[in-house]
Amino acid sequence: MAFNSKDTAAFKGVWVFCEQRDGVILGTGYQLLSEGRKLADDLGVELCGLLLGDKINQDYAKALGGYGADRVYICEHPLLKDYTTDGYTKVICDLVEEKKPEIFLIGATNIGRDLGPRVAARLNTGLTADCTHLDVDVAKYKDFLRTTSNIDVDNTKFEENQNLKATRPAFGGHLMATIICPDYRPQMCTVRPGVMQTAPYNEATAAKTVLETVAVKLDAADIQVDLVEIKKSAKKLVDLVGADVVVSVGRGISADPKRGLEIAEEMANVLGGVVGASRAVVDAGLIPADHQVGQTGKTVHAKIYVALGISGAIQHLAGMQDSECIIAVNKNGSAPIFDVATYGITGDLFKVGPMLTEAIAKYKASKV
Amino acid sequence: MKIIVCVKQVPDTSGKVAVKEDGTMDRAAMATISNPDDMNALEAALQIKDANPDAKVIVLSMGPPPTESMLRECLAMGADEALLVSSREFGGADTYATSSTLTAAIRKLGLEQGDIVFCGRQAIDGDTAQVGPQIAEKLGIPQVTYVTGIEYKDGQLTVRRELEDGYMTIKVKTPCLLTCIKELNTPRYMSVSGIVGCYAKPYEVWDFNALSGDPTITVETVGLKGSPTQVYKSFSPPVKGAGTMLEGADKATCEQLVSLLEEKHII
Ligand SMILES: Cc1cc2nc3c(=O)[nH]c(=O)nc-3n(C[C@H](O)[C@H](O)[C@H](O)COP(=O)(O)OP(=O)(O)OC[C@H]3O[C@@H](n4cnc5c(N)ncnc54)[C@H](O)[C@@H]3O)c2cc1C
Repeated sequence: MAFNSKDTAAFKGVWVFCEQRDGVILGTGYQLLSEGRKLADDLGVELCGLLLGDKINQDYAKALGGYGADRVYICEHPLLKDYTTDGYTKVICDLVEEKKPEIFLIGATNIGRDLGPRVAARLNTGLTADCTHLDVDVAKYKDFLRTTSNIDVDNTKFEENQNLKATRPAFGGHLMATIICPDYRPQMCTVRPGVMQTAPYNEATAAKTVLETVAVKLDAADIQVDLVEIKKSAKKLVDLVGADVVVSVGRGISADPKRGLEIAEEMANVLGGVVGASRAVVDAGLIPADHQVGQTGKTVHAKIYVALGISGAIQHLAGMQDSECIIAVNKNGSAPIFDVATYGITGDLFKVGPMLTEAIAKYKASKV
Repeated sequence: MKIIVCVKQVPDTSGKVAVKEDGTMDRAAMATISNPDDMNALEAALQIKDANPDAKVIVLSMGPPPTESMLRECLAMGADEALLVSSREFGGADTYATSSTLTAAIRKLGLEQGDIVFCGRQAIDGDTAQVGPQIAEKLGIPQVTYVTGIEYKDGQLTVRRELEDGYMTIKVKTPCLLTCIKELNTPRYMSVSGIVGCYAKPYEVWDFNALSGDPTITVETVGLKGSPTQVYKSFSPPVKGAGTMLEGADKATCEQLVSLLEEKHII
């Protein structure tokens, strides 16, 4: 029978695409499985991880179970070793057409954002990009709105169904929109790295995961590009997403960028964290792009986020406002960063920065 | 050869944004700009034309009639022709329906071996990065996204695709679709002669009827009706509760902050 994305009743289960590079599964896969687990539980269905590659390490596949996958589909083929749009799209669409999941989540990495729309277009279904919150349960969605929106929840009508309600920022974060895809399946979403939290690894569920190897139909003629090489950047990338403490600098360092970065590094060292930056600093070429926090950079959930000389543009806030404790230092007492700050100091970062580092160092020294 | 560049006019979201009471964007109250990534796409097309003078660059947009101002600017930058796809039926489209309409327009323009379709990676109003790949799929041509380098020699196209941790070098057959990011190039300015000449260049508007010969285009497949995704609710993002502003900016202030962090078990 031909695949029909409008036959919504035929679709069941939640799937997560677990991207690997060089055989290593990216953190977004674990984050999305952790989130997908909640959706699958609310729906009472199976959660499946989807792993494409060549000679996949079975231990890695099994590990996906530790983050919640009931089942892992393993698609192995020499042509799947590295990502190509055509190869991955074909294999994934073949499997979706056969198994028919109702929800399909993909990490919004540079690769996920290439793959997602291609797959959705082939399956004739909708795709919601860069979601920050997902619900199937209406009561949970209402609770979410109560705490995060200006909607008068109790005087608003909600349709009682288990359609996926995918919330994302729109217009550069100035608005939030909840998107549904009621008449087509699978309901597809991408989610940016770091937006969802990884659940603790569970040995017991890992042991129960079913590994299912899929018969892959793919040959060279299916792939219309020729991947010449993949080059890794020589420099080790900063792990902003996984960091507990991020000390970020903004254009406020421009009077003496070298000293400004030094101040941030010293503070990050004392707090055991890493250095982040606003886009202004990245665009000025003062720090590589992997340090950028915000809408077009990384999303961090730090325990401590320090903003030195950052104005707090909405695009920057989008990447850090869910941090637990935000400390802002800015010369301008009415800078919007103070609207989200837990603690704010109006002052010059070149003076306050080193003093704060010293005070923290003194405190830490007193505890050893 | 033909180079088609998809461009979009977007509200300028970098400044203040007007939000209506019902939580939707007040587009009428906002300034519009040409979507930044799309200008990198146009520049890439113009550079290929600079080296291959027989190439024809066509800028294509879907949008309301005022989109003309952006398309004229593209002509002033050096594009040869502009095509606006505009009709009430196309309104309210999500990325899927938008890509169906643009695909039909590109098909009508005709794609041959050697031709290239360019898009920006994403538009700043929705930031989805979906329309480019969806067009490529519907046209059945290869795509490369996040392009930061293009080499076009003797009809052979080799591009560099950015990854978070490095890059890929990819040889791609034509016709193909490439989506561009700002690292690719710096868009040129309009020249004086370009501005003078932009009203003499071919400018066409295609409405629903102009595309309805395409079997994929019906009132059910375009605009709001042809969109699998729908906006369920929209709202303003939460404002965080006000935090504590500390007095002063000296050593005592820093020490006070550290004791607050200690009290709250933050450090
Ligand atoms: C589509 C789009 C996506 C974007 N994505 C991102 C993103 O992902 N991340 C991001 O950060 N931005 C992003 N931006 C840019 C964003 O809009 C702002 O332009 C940017 O965040 C500003 O950076 P800033 O705060 O460092 O600089 P500014 O806004 O210039 O602020 C500098 C601040 O430093 C203060 N200052 C100056 N000197 C001192 C001093 N000596 N001591 C203390 N304070 C001082 C000033 O008072 C000012 O508040 C995006 C923009 C667009 C349009």
